[in-house]
Amino acid sequence: MAAETLAALLLLADGRLPAGGHAHSGGLEPTVAAGGVHDIASLEEFLRGRATTSGAVAAAFAAAACAALTAGDTGRFAVLDAELDARTPSPALRATSRKLGRQLQRAMRAIRPHPCWAELGSRPHHPVVLGAAAAVSGLSPSAAALAAVHDAVAGPATAAVRLLGLDPFATHAVLARLGPLLDDVAADATRRAAGSPADLPASAAPLLDLAAERHATWEVRLFAS
Amino acid sequence: MRARATLATALAADGRTRVATLHSQAPLTLRLTHPKGPEPWTGHDAGAARVCVAASAAGPIGGDDYDLTVDVGAGSTLVLRDISATLLLPGPHGELSRLRTTVQVGAGATLVWLPEPVIAAHGCRHRSDIRVELGTGARLILSEQLLLGRHGEQPGSVVQHLRVRLAGRPLLNQQLAVGPGAAGWDGSAVIGDRRAIGSLVVVDPGWTEHPPEPALLGDAAVLPLAGPAVLVSALAPDALTLRRCLDTALARLAGTHGHRQPAAR
Repeated sequence: MAAETLAALLLLADGRLPAGGHAHSGGLEPTVAAGGVHDIASLEEFLRGRATTSGAVAAAFAAAACAALTAGDTGRFAVLDAELDARTPSPALRATSRKLGRQLQRAMRAIRPHPCWAELGSRPHHPVVLGAAAAVSGLSPSAAALAAVHDAVAGPATAAVRLLGLDPFATHAVLARLGPLLDDVAADATRRAAGSPADLPASAAPLLDLAAERHATWEVRLFAS
Repeated sequence: MRARATLATALAADGRTRVATLHSQAPLTLRLTHPKGPEPWTGHDAGAARVCVAASAAGPIGGDDYDLTVDVGAGSTLVLRDISATLLLPGPHGELSRLRTTVQVGAGATLVWLPEPVIAAHGCRHRSDIRVELGTGARLILSEQLLLGRHGEQPGSVVQHLRVRLAGRPLLNQQLAVGPGAAGWDGSAVIGDRRAIGSLVVVDPGWTEHPPEPALLGDAAVLPLAGPAVLVSALAPDALTLRRCLDTALARLAGTHGHRQPAAR
């Protein structure tokens, strides 16, 4: 990867990107409340499961959207949107993905103006917008996949520090240990993104679905999802 | 062992469903049957066709490759069940066992498919692929129950992939991977310490205008999909709790009118 595109990837994957991601715990808040994550070890297993399920799906859709835009095939966005809906049975998670997608779309309109932001419609799914953002930034589908799977674990990891008071150093050590897994997930996602959208990964995470639905009924919560 | 079975139904002139094709290959055996247990939607309607899948051998065992094709013709009604639970067993050399199920439900047709649980024994390696194509106005009830290990046993590896398309568009696409070899599967993002996992898919064209609301039933959720359909996703500590949970959800969503006492299990 050329030096200038590396900088573009860092910009896209930075948690400080003003696209609202910091307000989401990726299902960690309701999981902590249910006792599913209570220490570093249980956080690591949670993140491992998230990376290989919703992380893998997001990575593949980001890579596919990136490849579609790079090839000038923006008509594929609608196909990816419908396929992602079919892989997101939880209505709460579909709503969250579209909300995060719209926030990233809004940020990217200003950061890197491009006609694709209008072509994505008014409520695009987050991984599709992330893939388009990668393409507009001159990044490859593999970079889009890596940004997506990194995003799937980095958000909940930092939320764990706030929710459980976990040691931030130990929490980041978990993210470092997950590095090779994230690389594998991104490589697999990139390989599969070259095929038909119908054959993209569809890994299920039943407890994440349940947690999202439960969390959506809470009246008071620290994180939006 | 390789086995293929094919089943097709058609709507006869008298309005009853006729079984047009019933082709089995041991150990995948299809048999015409009588109504058994509660029957949502069809309520023991004599006009529906009823078929049971009976495995005439143990397994599938690693290395086995089964193919089941079901074609529910336009306007016809099929109730498909299992004779008994399926026990997934390891092969002699750690091979994968595979079950491919390809289902077409024609325009206005109804498929009620309520299989018995699948039990993943220690050391098994199994992959199930179910592809369902629904025509316009088709109705579907499909449940799946997976039990991880026999009593107190560590399970083998199972991948269950379910794809449902409605009028050519994707409606549900979920692949669950559990057991050794699926990273993070027993963490609290995927299934945690639950050893009984189930799902229930209900597609009803009547929900196009007014889909059911999302709901929580303990460790189960009623998830309205982006279409006239609902997925009930349930996790339980054991088989009995799981079955009760799915039965409750099914009664709520599809009703179980006109049923007799459930058969002893």
